Amino acid sequence: MEEAPRFPGESIKAIAKDVMYICPFTGAVSGTLTVTDYKLYFKSLEREPPFILDVNLGVISRLETIGVQSHGENSCGMEIVCKDMRNPRFAYKQEEQSKLEIFENLTKHAFPVSNDLPLFAFLYKEKFPVDGWKVYDPVAEYKRQGLPNESWTISKVNSNYELCDSYPALLVIPTSIKDEDLRRVVAFRAKHRIPVLSWIHPESQATITRCSQPLVGPSDKRCKEDEKYLQTIMDANAQSHKLTIFDARQNSVADTNKAKEGGYESESFYTNAELTFLEIPNIHVMRESLRKLKEITYPVIDEAKWLSNVDSTHWLEYIRLLLMGAVRIADKLESGKTSVVVHCSDGWDRTAQLTSLAMLMLDSYYRTIKGFEVLIEKEWISFGHRFAVRVGHGDVNHTNSERSPLFVQFIDCVWQMMRQFPAAFEFNELFLITILDHLYSCLFGTFLYNSEQERVKAELHTKTLSLWSYINSQPEEFTNPFYVNYENHVLYPVASLRHLELWVDYYVRWNPRMRPQMPVHQNLKELLVIRSELQKKVDELHREASTRSLSSSSDRGSSPSHSATPVHTTV
Amino acid sequence: MLSLGSGGGKSTKPSFVSYVTPEDMKIKEKEEGLRSKHPYLLPGEVVFCSANHVLKYTQEDASQRGVYGTLLCTNFKIAFISGESASQETAPPFRNKLLSENDIPLTCVDHIYGVSDEKKKLIIGGQVKSKYPSKLIIQCKDLRVFHFSLTYAKEEEAKKIFQGIVHHSLEPKSLKCVFAFSYCETASTSQASRKSSLTLMFETKEDWSMELGRTKGNCKVSSANEDYAISEKLPQFFVVPFAVSDDDILRFLGKGIPFWCWSHHSGCALFKMACLPTIQEDGISQKYMHRMLDAVTQDQLCPVKIEDLSSCLPALQDLQLSYNKFKQLFLIDSTTEFWVSDMKWFSSLENSGWLEIIRQCLMKAVEIVDYLESAHTSVLIVEEHCSDLCCVLSSLVQIMLDPYYRTRSGFQSLIQKEWVAGGHSFLDRCNHLYQKEKEAPAPVFLLFLECVWQLLQQHAPAFQFSETYLTVLSDSINIPLFSTFLFNSQHHRDTAMKSGHPEAQRSPLNFPSVWDWSLQFDCKAQSLFTNPLYVEKPIQDKALRKTSHQKHQRQLSLPNTLSKPSPRKGFFKEETDNLKKIFLGKRISKWLNPTESSKELYESWQRKPLDYQGLLLPYLDGPAVQVWMQRYLRWVPEAQIFGGGSITTVNRVLELASEIQDLQKEVERRSCRMNSSIAWKQVYSGPPLSARLSSFPFTATHAWSFKPAIPSSIRQGLGSVSSLADKEDDDSQGSGVL
Repeated sequence: MEEAPRFPGESIKAIAKDVMYICPFTGAVSGTLTVTDYKLYFKSLEREPPFILDVNLGVISRLETIGVQSHGENSCGMEIVCKDMRNPRFAYKQEEQSKLEIFENLTKHAFPVSNDLPLFAFLYKEKFPVDGWKVYDPVAEYKRQGLPNESWTISKVNSNYELCDSYPALLVIPTSIKDEDLRRVVAFRAKHRIPVLSWIHPESQATITRCSQPLVGPSDKRCKEDEKYLQTIMDANAQSHKLTIFDARQNSVADTNKAKEGGYESESFYTNAELTFLEIPNIHVMRESLRKLKEITYPVIDEAKWLSNVDSTHWLEYIRLLLMGAVRIADKLESGKTSVVVHCSDGWDRTAQLTSLAMLMLDSYYRTIKGFEVLIEKEWISFGHRFAVRVGHGDVNHTNSERSPLFVQFIDCVWQMMRQFPAAFEFNELFLITILDHLYSCLFGTFLYNSEQERVKAELHTKTLSLWSYINSQPEEFTNPFYVNYENHVLYPVASLRHLELWVDYYVRWNPRMRPQMPVHQNLKELLVIRSELQKKVDELHREASTRSLSSSSDRGSSPSHSATPVHTTV
Repeated sequence: MLSLGSGGGKSTKPSFVSYVTPEDMKIKEKEEGLRSKHPYLLPGEVVFCSANHVLKYTQEDASQRGVYGTLLCTNFKIAFISGESASQETAPPFRNKLLSENDIPLTCVDHIYGVSDEKKKLIIGGQVKSKYPSKLIIQCKDLRVFHFSLTYAKEEEAKKIFQGIVHHSLEPKSLKCVFAFSYCETASTSQASRKSSLTLMFETKEDWSMELGRTKGNCKVSSANEDYAISEKLPQFFVVPFAVSDDDILRFLGKGIPFWCWSHHSGCALFKMACLPTIQEDGISQKYMHRMLDAVTQDQLCPVKIEDLSSCLPALQDLQLSYNKFKQLFLIDSTTEFWVSDMKWFSSLENSGWLEIIRQCLMKAVEIVDYLESAHTSVLIVEEHCSDLCCVLSSLVQIMLDPYYRTRSGFQSLIQKEWVAGGHSFLDRCNHLYQKEKEAPAPVFLLFLECVWQLLQQHAPAFQFSETYLTVLSDSINIPLFSTFLFNSQHHRDTAMKSGHPEAQRSPLNFPSVWDWSLQFDCKAQSLFTNPLYVEKPIQDKALRKTSHQKHQRQLSLPNTLSKPSPRKGFFKEETDNLKKIFLGKRISKWLNPTESSKELYESWQRKPLDYQGLLLPYLDGPAVQVWMQRYLRWVPEAQIFGGGSITTVNRVLELASEIQDLQKEVERRSCRMNSSIAWKQVYSGPPLSARLSSFPFTATHAWSFKPAIPSSIRQGLGSVSSLADKEDDDSQGSGVL
């Protein structure tokens, strides 16, 4: 039997024959199970075409032995609980050495960090024609936004990560802020995450700034410098004499936080600021919600109770809250021409979700493939969303309460926006699913570690590959054929449950009955091919004609270089 | 006619604040004087009553601003005319020629509410109305909701219009009062165009023969009921097995006769049958039934399976109840109501049970398809009168099996065959005459359209017609003009149209058919009926197969060539039976049971690449059955996606197709004469994409300024998860809690 296919750098750790995979959809099947340092690969020749199950180890949340009574010789069972909404199960004979070995290896390589092994991203030796690490250049991105300007400066104050260890080296802060004042603000914000600029409106100069909660505490502590800092942010936008602070948390939770160090800006101290709570529950609630969602979608769907089951998970309700919050932020900037400050507790979870969604609504650049990569690199990765902790890369401790699917939730929101505006995004659904798959896979370095500082220390950019290298090497795979650049159109998705839908192609994709409805896109792709061929032909004929007309000195020398896509105008 | 109560609405404080000052009103009055007297009337349309200074408003924004105008009631419609709406209508994207945007056909009125002193009360016809409410809320069957205020109208006029509207739309009337009669008497019926379409009407022997020939059916056309000699419920011509004699048909007046619907290429066929009347002597009917079944099997040389619908599908009353609950979710009075109901969306949707009924119908249809397609067994659908759910199922089965019915003319022919000739009681089911004592109304035909929509949204490239076409068709049910939807049977229609005419010797009236679309829409609007995604040519289809297959393998989204064929093949019953016991207990059996019988059909169908010209099966799992958003959400301003919606994809395809066409022309032109003048034809694509609403082409009744939809009441109880919500936030330490 042929060996399992491998990536460059991947090595086989163990092989076991006569293992039974118990497929919840098509029944049990016997075959060979291979474990490498990257994946688990099961192949059975019992079916035509051969049955293959391929699970990368990064996706494994926990391994559990399960009892199998009275099933012939296969008396041992193993359940592989995955982070991507499935739980494959295997059955095997207990006594055999090779079986023991394979599951030992599985346990070891599924959780490399807990076993002092390197993550597979450090072993992966693929070569891509493009270098994805070059996608995000903070200076270029800020420059694209028109920064620095007279009010905002790109500061190197955090270049050694001394000011804030979870922030990137480069920060955009108000020009006028003095160093000593800045130190005070740093001390007053949780985890030293001071308000920094995320996005600036090209016309009104209204800005989105992000930060963590102020350390107000039970005694209503004030920090004059912090108040002045926010005043400066407001002043930087001449269009409005207000500043809106969006606190993502539930009001009650913010109050609880206030009882222990944290809190929120008091409107009486921060004059001209208005504070709004977006009432979004915390990471633990979200984790629980996704767990419930898995329960109702895998392996079986209860048709009769489908809707109330979806309702009971609250997953879409939270998606709605997030979208609504982001719409309010975007609207504040666009219609209200008012600058906003967004924070939650630490400013690396809900804050990242909200700012990146609002930016996606406001700025069509982020709706391109490249732009979306930049958005993730910037708002999520560089600003210290704690990917390693939230995902638990290579960590055996599956009960860690710090784990939470916040990034999945964000991508889900993007998908919901994509559904409402099918022509507004350059990328397609596969792009989003690919990103989520490699959030867990540990094949690329992109989502590893918690902060820029950690990544620099681990020399991530030289020792691992970027997910964007893979994606940008074959952009046509990830391109939405319906894409029409909406110019500077602001997208306001309707945050109503009537328009939200469970992302079946992601959450329920293991169920073979949920066949994706792709052909429409295929259809269009073919049309695009036909069009470009015709376009070529026309251009050819055009060239021929112009050479001829030159020789015959025709009256029409110039013809406008027409584009066949009148709607395509790139900003 | 002055009465005590009528002044009440006016003298008491109005329940809303109008921003229009008295001065404004005077100016408007002048304008109205010029315009409002000329409502657009159809031939035969007569104005019963009218009232000026009626305020039409929306609850959409808190300011409750409105438009003043004249409210009219004619023998066809309730209409509201204002200067403003006239100016708005300079370039409506999708205009119905029969109706303006503020017109409500009388038969389209669903419910009317009166609001007096802030109390909303359902208005019921038939009572003497001495009072009139200060506000009228009219809910339409096409789910529009109109708000009119009578506060500023003259008392006399207000009272009259209120009484007129209630009388003409909520009270029983005779068939003769239906507008089609006066329309056809007046309109010089130049409806020769009616026959020209490709739609088979199934009124003649030839149509049936043609259909028999097309499907290679092994049956005969029977003329036993010519001139309705046997039954008034049956059409004049129909198709039965050879062995069924005219005497057989006469015996129970057409009941217990297997009527042919469609033949499968394998030779088996689909039949439908009305239940035999209950007779004392069981033996007779049993023997008779045996003979009929023999007649079926004899011709088709295959076994026959009987599907009795009464035992497996909901009753008509349940249908009506469920739909009433369902439509309530979309008849929204105010923004607040929208967002409050939004929180309960999924549970209300499930409670209505409407989607479940759709699923059941589709599932039943799949079972029947399975018999025909896999077992090559003829199927005989049995229902009491074989003219309600029987029509739904027989039509669905044919759509799934025969690509002809997925074209527009095929679909229209199918409706003629199964519904119109099949004797579906459109008049009673739609309750156009408002006769309460009659049989219960039920949205049977709408249910069918809903099921078709599910298929359409799941397999868009398989249908020649668009979602918009289905929506417009569902609207046309409520326009009292088309012979298609006005009668209970063909006999009913023929007699009504004959006697309908004052002078009997003259030729009978000729009501237009709904398929005469030019009556409602011009060519440009009709172009939106065509689905640009339709895959027609088998050649294109082939290419599509290949690519779609490849696509599907990519579901793991891994780099390189690590493709993962989905585990779809083979279903080993023994093994699963074992598994059920060992691992999953009851859960998997729950999953297998509902469609157990058609599971293998699905498996073999899914193994093959999808062929849009072949068998089409609906996905029925929970998430697959969805709400027909275009029909139900098009008038709800809060639900509009500005610049979005599925219409954008359709539009993109249209655009691309016309670009290709232009390029092709350009290539031809250039290769003919090498002249380099470039004249790019402007591609029609309506307003710029980004400025469109998701409800396109249906524009809601007013142009609202666009604001993002943010509910006014965002605060909400998350009580059920409070234990977690109260927990310390993101910065809690990694103590293993689960």
